[in-house]
Amino acid sequence: MSEPKRCMQAVLAGFGGQGILFAGKIIANAGLLEDRELSWLPSYGPEMRGGTANCSVCLSDDPIGSPLVLNPDVLVVMNQPSLDKFEHSVQPGGLVIVDSTLVPRIPDMPGVTVCAVPATALAEEAGLKGLANVILVGKLFAETRFCSEETIRAAVAAVVPARKKDKLAGNLRALELGIQA
Amino acid sequence: MSQEKVLMKGNEAMAEAAIRAGCRFFFGYPITPQTEVAAYMAKRMPKEGGTYLQAESEIAAINMVYGASSAGARVMTSSSSPGVSLKGEGVSYMAGADLPGVIVNVQRGGPGLGGIQPSQSDYWQATRAMGHGDFQVLVFAPSTVQEMADLAYLAFEKADEYRMPAMILSDGMLGQMMEPVVLPERVEQLPEKPWATTGHKGERKHNIVDSLYLTADELERLNIERFERYETVKAREQRAETFMCEDAEIVLVSFGATARIAHSAVVRARAEGIKAGLLRPITLWPFPVDAIEGCMGCAKAFLSVEMNMGQMVDDVRLAVNGRVPVEFFGRTGGIIPTPDEVLDAIRKLAGKGGE
Repeated sequence: MSEPKRCMQAVLAGFGGQGILFAGKIIANAGLLEDRELSWLPSYGPEMRGGTANCSVCLSDDPIGSPLVLNPDVLVVMNQPSLDKFEHSVQPGGLVIVDSTLVPRIPDMPGVTVCAVPATALAEEAGLKGLANVILVGKLFAETRFCSEETIRAAVAAVVPARKKDKLAGNLRALELGIQA
Repeated sequence: MSQEKVLMKGNEAMAEAAIRAGCRFFFGYPITPQTEVAAYMAKRMPKEGGTYLQAESEIAAINMVYGASSAGARVMTSSSSPGVSLKGEGVSYMAGADLPGVIVNVQRGGPGLGGIQPSQSDYWQATRAMGHGDFQVLVFAPSTVQEMADLAYLAFEKADEYRMPAMILSDGMLGQMMEPVVLPERVEQLPEKPWATTGHKGERKHNIVDSLYLTADELERLNIERFERYETVKAREQRAETFMCEDAEIVLVSFGATARIAHSAVVRARAEGIKAGLLRPITLWPFPVDAIEGCMGCAKAFLSVEMNMGQMVDDVRLAVNGRVPVEFFGRTGGIIPTPDEVLDAIRKLAGKGGE
């Protein structure tokens, strides 16, 4: 395990409805809970309406300049078009996490760590349909330790809306699955 | 004072701050990328005993603002670029009637229907010609979600203080992004408005709120008086933030979302040994000419960085008044400039200076 990641410029991308923005919010809330600088910027407009969704999330110890991440050091993708679109923008030494259930082509990227996690299949097997996004956040956490273990769980709890508290246990199980994946 | 940080979208933080500033009337009409302001107000206003109303059009909304303001209320409307154009007539009427009120523009690319991605191409409109006639509006330019809240709060205060409309000139990026924000405390006491049309009950002379003056002498006198007030505003209300400007030879001038990118570019230019700095206007009207003056000692050139084809650069040139070159770099149509591009523009300017 390398050093915990204090600064991160992440892009999360996939289809609308996969919970891409939700996954980004977990990371953002982890930053908030640890009182770090952070930004969360969703795609909006024609892209979203065309069925794809992505968001930029920055964590830092210093104030954040542009919240729009052009060269991520972390890329999480949940479909093939998103991988095609963003893989060449990843910084050298970066990390790419792919939902291999949904992305047929797992890239071979020199100098970049690629983690293929069959998140959608794992979620379905565990009866956690729709929580592949949280599994991928779990994997991202396990790979980078971008916050403390206590924080990541609290961040998931913070993002699950109050009126859906019955979903919290499932979300935490999905997180755990991702951490173990 | 509660210092609790919460994570909110810029549009939502601005709306919540308005409520805490005592805004109890919101009139709007949906348009991307400002819709969250209206959505938030729709949810919150009834709980505050306030009024949220989705008008039949932007024009109707601004005229409702005129009405509520005439009656002394703190009132707000919000829209994005094309919708703000529609409000122009009403804002002019408010200025002509000396009515306070807050108008939010979460800018998107133009002209025309344009696009829905972030832009700053309504700078001229906000600072020069928000409507017909001789008038100005206060223009605040937030650069973070925190400032979306703080400046919305301040805008209500200043609009009341000077009896003039105030605008929050934001953009799609600031509106949509989330950052931690400490929300302002609720306002405790609202200022007296002896001019408001609240019913005189036979106890005082009745108040009239109007912008129609058919006697030329009277209209000229009112305009001259209003411009004397504008001089006070210019003297007291300029706001700007400077970063590494003390010894800066190349001073970037940039506001709102673009200033964040310019800030990153300045840090990188410094790392290359270029003496760059950033002057960030927080008020666009009044334009912070005093802050520009403060940079004149060392500045060899200014670089205005904007998300448009070059608008604020006019005000920088007016302030610099030919003493040193003023250049421009921008992207438009909804494209957000990158720190790399801005850094390149700085390097070019540094090269030109003849090291």
